[in-house]
Amino acid sequence: MNDRIIGQVKRVNGPVIEVMGITDAEMFELVRVGEENLIGELIKLETDAAVVQVYEDTTGIAPFDPVYGAGMQLSAELGPGMVGTIYDGIQRPLEAIREMSEIYIKRGITVPSLDREKKWHFVPSVKEGDQVSGGMFLGTVRETENLLHKILVPPGDKGVLESVTGEGDYTVEDVIAVLKTDDLKEKNLYLMHRWPIRVQRPTRSRLALDIPLITGQRVIDTLFPVAKGGTVAIPGGFGTGKTMTQQAVAKWCDADIIVYIGCGERGNEITDVLTEFPKLIDPRTGRSLMERTILIANTSNMPVSAREAGIYAGITMAEYFRDQGYDVAVMADSTSRWAEALRELSGRMEEMPAEEGFPAYLPTKIAEFYERAGSMETLNGDNGSVTIIGAVSPPGGDFSEPVTQHTKRFIRCFWALDRHLANARHYPAISWLESYSEYLSDVVSWWESADGGASPEWLCDRTEIMELLHKEVRLQQVVKLVGPDALPDTQRFILEVCTLFKNAFLQQNAYDKIDAFSIVQKQVKMLHIIVTYYKRGAEAIKSGATLVKLRKMKVYQDIIRMKFSIPNDDLAGLDKIEARLERSMDQLEALHA
Amino acid sequence: MPDKTTKSLLSGREYIGVDKIDGPLVFVSKTHPVGYRELVECVDKQGHVRLGIVLESSTNAVVVQVFEGTSGLTLPGTRVRFSGEPLTIAVSKEMLGRVFNGLGHPIDGGPPQRSDIELDVNGMAINPTARQYPRDFIQTGISVIDGMNTLIRGQKLPIFSGNGLPHNELAAQIARQAKIRGTNTQFAVVFAAMGVKHDVARFFTQSFEESGVLENVALFLSLADDPSIERLITPRTALTLAEHLAFNEDMHVLVIMTDMTNYCESLREISTIRGEIPSRKGYPGYLYSDLAELYERSGMIKGYKGSITSLPILTMPNDDISHPVPDLSGYITEGQIVFEREMDGRGIYPPVAGLPSLSRLMKDGIGEGMTREDHPHLASQLFAAYSYVKDVRNLASVIGEEELTPLDHTYLDFGREFEQRYVSQRKDEDRSIEETLDLGWEVLSILPVDELHRITEEEIEKFYGK
Ligand SMILES: Nc1ncnc2c1ncn2[C@@H]1O[C@H](COP(=O)(O)OP(=O)(O)OP(=O)(O)O)[C@@H](O)[C@H]1O
Ligand SMILES: [Mg+2]
Repeated sequence: MNDRIIGQVKRVNGPVIEVMGITDAEMFELVRVGEENLIGELIKLETDAAVVQVYEDTTGIAPFDPVYGAGMQLSAELGPGMVGTIYDGIQRPLEAIREMSEIYIKRGITVPSLDREKKWHFVPSVKEGDQVSGGMFLGTVRETENLLHKILVPPGDKGVLESVTGEGDYTVEDVIAVLKTDDLKEKNLYLMHRWPIRVQRPTRSRLALDIPLITGQRVIDTLFPVAKGGTVAIPGGFGTGKTMTQQAVAKWCDADIIVYIGCGERGNEITDVLTEFPKLIDPRTGRSLMERTILIANTSNMPVSAREAGIYAGITMAEYFRDQGYDVAVMADSTSRWAEALRELSGRMEEMPAEEGFPAYLPTKIAEFYERAGSMETLNGDNGSVTIIGAVSPPGGDFSEPVTQHTKRFIRCFWALDRHLANARHYPAISWLESYSEYLSDVVSWWESADGGASPEWLCDRTEIMELLHKEVRLQQVVKLVGPDALPDTQRFILEVCTLFKNAFLQQNAYDKIDAFSIVQKQVKMLHIIVTYYKRGAEAIKSGATLVKLRKMKVYQDIIRMKFSIPNDDLAGLDKIEARLERSMDQLEALHA
Repeated sequence: MPDKTTKSLLSGREYIGVDKIDGPLVFVSKTHPVGYRELVECVDKQGHVRLGIVLESSTNAVVVQVFEGTSGLTLPGTRVRFSGEPLTIAVSKEMLGRVFNGLGHPIDGGPPQRSDIELDVNGMAINPTARQYPRDFIQTGISVIDGMNTLIRGQKLPIFSGNGLPHNELAAQIARQAKIRGTNTQFAVVFAAMGVKHDVARFFTQSFEESGVLENVALFLSLADDPSIERLITPRTALTLAEHLAFNEDMHVLVIMTDMTNYCESLREISTIRGEIPSRKGYPGYLYSDLAELYERSGMIKGYKGSITSLPILTMPNDDISHPVPDLSGYITEGQIVFEREMDGRGIYPPVAGLPSLSRLMKDGIGEGMTREDHPHLASQLFAAYSYVKDVRNLASVIGEEELTPLDHTYLDFGREFEQRYVSQRKDEDRSIEETLDLGWEVLSILPVDELHRITEEEIEKFYGK
C-alpha cells in the first residue's frame, strides 16, 4: 500500500515536514515518511511546499527522503473490539505496540486498530433485498456482557442488499453483506468501517437536552448539572482536581460508553486508570467499568502532533457509539495541551499568530470540537448522545487566557476549579461562585419527576442553599472588617450553615468507598436535611435559641458525617437522621416557646 | 534518493567553512542530506572538537546547535562533520562514583568511560501500558514530607524554591535518608547540575562524601561558567544513565536535577535566536512538551525491578509560582514541595508551605499495611486545620487577635505548634514514620474533638489525646 511516492522531504523542523515535488496527493491524506515509514498526514497542499505533520519522532529524517501516500485520509476503524482497549492518538492499540517494542514506543510501528484475527458472533437483522442507507443497523454483535454492538451501514452508503451472511462468527474483515448502491456498484460491507476522524458523523436531527448526566458527584449533580449531550469545561490550575473530577465522572456517571482521552498528560495517570477501572464495578450493570471504557493515551512525552489527532480519534469513536443509540461521555484531559499542539504546529509552519502565539483559527477549532457533542436522533431513528467534558489547564491558573476564554464561548456548563479550595483540600475544588450550568432549568423537571429525582422540593432546596452561599460572601466581608462578634446570631447562623454544607455536602472524597459517589436519592435527601437544619434553626434563633445550642445538637455530628457513614444502599439511615433532626428542633422550640 | 548505505558514506564527509554563526547556532549550506537531530562535530581552528545536534535540516541549509558554545569559531575556519546518528552516550554501572560534564565526558581526571552500551540521550516515550503504578512509600525521615506530602518510589516530585532558600540542604537530606522500610536497598543517585555555581556542586559532593555514599553517585555537572547551551543536554545525559541503571541493572535510582529554571532559560535563549514565536515571558510554546520529555522519564515498569524517582529543583523567579517554569512543571510532575520565604525567615527548616505542597501519588502508598491505618485521615485533617489557621491569621491581621473567638485562638495555638514541632526539624534529623504520625496526633490534639470532621470515631478513640 506504501509504494505510491507522492514527493520528497524538503525541510524537517520537528514534527513538521515540508515536502517538494508533489505529484498526486489528496488533502489530509495519510502518508508515510522515510525508510522507517513514519506516520503522517498531509495538512497543506502545494506543489513545492506541501506540509506533512508527522505523528512520530522525526529524528534522522533528511531532505530527499521519500514520502508515500496511503490513498486515504487519516481515519478511525470502527467496529467490535474497541471497548476496553487503550489507543494512542492515532488509534494504534498500545498493548499491541508493547508486544512489538516492549517498554518504549518505537517508531514506524503499524498495527491495525481492530484485531484482525478475533471472531465475533454476528446476528443479522436485515435480509437480502432490503433497502438500506447509512447509519441503519445490519445486525448485532454482543461485544461485552452488557454491550450490544450494532453493526452499521457506513454513513453515506445507500442501496439494496444483494446478499447477507447468516448468523455466525466473523472477523472484522469478513464480508457480512453486499450492497448494490444506487449507482449500481457493488460494495462489500464488514463488521467494521472507516471514518475520517476530522469529519463529524451525520445524524438526522438535534434533540433537546433535558436529561441530566448523573455523575454521583454532589456538587455537580445538585448545583451545576450537565445534561446528556451537553458540553462542559473544567478549568483549573495544576493540582486543582481536573483529572480527579474527570476520572470520578468516568467511573460513576450513567453513560453507556466512556471515551477517556488523555491528551498530553501524565503516563502514570493512564496507568492508574488501567489498573483501577478493570477492578471497579459499574453500579448499574454489575460489570467491570473497563467494559464500557475506551482509552486514548497520548501522554505529554509522546509526539505532539498525535495529541492533536487524539482528540478527533476519540470523538469519532464516541459518535460511532452514539449512532448505535447509546449515551456516550467523552472526557478530554486536557484540551489546553491539544490547543498547544495546534500552536506548536502552527508556529513551525510559520503561520501568523494571534493571541499568545495561538493560531487565529483556534476558536474555530474549539467550536468544531464541542459542536460534535449533542443529543441526536440517529440515522437509524434512535436517540443517542455525546457529552463532552473538557479539562482546561490555563497557564498560571489565570482564566483570562485564550483557551479558557474561547472555550467558554462554546460550552454551556462551567465547573471552575478554585486554587484556594484545592489548597485547603476542599475537594472537589469546584467553586460554587464561579461555576454555572445553563442546563439547570432544562433538567429541573427530571429531578422533580417520579422516575427521575422524585423530589418536588429539589429546585427550592437548591435555590435556598445557593442563596445562602452568596449571602455568605457578603457576610464574610463584614467579618473581615469588624470581626464575627459584630454579626447578629441570625447572620452568624448563615455562616455556620454554609460551613456545614461545604463540609457535609460539597466536599466529597474520591478515595472513600462510601463517599466516592452518591446516588440521586442520597443527594436529594442530604440536601433536604441541610436545608431543613437551616430553616428550622433560623426559626429557633428567632424564638431565642442560641447558636451554641444548635451546634451542640447531637444530630449535628450525624449530619456532618452522613456522607461517609450512610452508604447508597441504606437510605433509611438518612430518613432516621432527618427524623432525629426534626425531633431535636421540636425540643429546642419547645424550650423557647 | 539516498538510502541507508549512501547516507553513512556521506556522513564521513567534512565541510570546511560555515555560512553563519548566531549565538550557539551554526548554519551550514550545500551539505548532503542531513538527518534531523543528527550528532554533529564542529572542529575549531585549534582542532578542538565541539559536539552539537541538528535542529533543522532542509535542502538549503542545516542549523546546528553547538553544546560547547561557539566562541572562537570562525566562518571559514570551522570544519563540520555529520555523524549520521543521534547523540548517544556510553553507559555503565561503573559511572557511579564519577564526575562528568553535561555531555557525559569524565572531568574527574579518571580514565575515559567505556561501555558496549550506547544509548540515545533523547530516550523514547515509555508506553503507558508498560508502566507500573508507583506505590512504595519512601521514608525520607522528614515529617512534612512523609506525613503530608509522601514521596513514592518512581514519583517525580519537584522542589519549588527561591534564591537563597535551603533546597539543596533538603535534597541532600532526602538523598541521605531515603529508604524503603523493611528492605535495605540503597538508592543510587544521579545528580545533574545545570548552571549552578561551583559551591552548590561542592556542597552536594561533600554531603555525599560525609555520608559515605559517594561511590553510589554519578554527577553530571554543567556549571554556571560552562556554555549555557550544554545545560540542554545535561539532564538528558543524566536520565539516560538513570534509565540504564534502573531498567538494565535493576537499581533504584534517585535523580536530582538542579536548577530547572536555568535549563528553561537556555531553551528560551535558543528559541529566541531562532526567531520562534514565544508564548509566555518569552519562553517557547513547546516548553511544556520539552519538560515533559525529561520529567516523564521517571517511573516504574512492569516486570522490571528498578525505578527512577526524580527530585527536580527549581527556583521560582521572584518567588512567583505562576511563572512559566514552576507552572508548567507543576502541570507535569506528580505534585510539588513548595518553599515559603516567610517560614524560612522565621527559622523554620524545612520551610515547606503547608497548603500549596502536594504529593499526588501519596494516596496509594499510605495507610494500613504501608504506613499506618490512621495516616490518610490524619494528613487530611492536618491540611484542613492548617488551612483554617491561615484564614484565622489573615483575619487576625485585619481585626486584631483580641477580636478572635476562643476557638480561633485555639487554632492559632495549633498552627504554631504544627509549624514549630511538626514541620520544623534538624537537618540531620531522621524521624521514623511512626514518630511523624504520633507527632501529628500530638499537635492535632490541641484542637477540640468536634472540630475533627475528617477523622473517624474509631481513630479518635485510638489516637486523639494519647
Ligand atoms: N475529589 C477528590 N478527592 C480527593 N482528592 C482529590 C480530589 N480531587 C483532587 N484531589 C487531590 O488533588 C490532587 C490533584 O488532582 P488532579 O490530579 O485531578 O489535578 P489536575 O487539576 O488534573 O492537575 P494537572 O493540571 O496538573 O493535571 C490529587 O492527586 C488528589 O490528591
Ligand atoms: Mg490532571
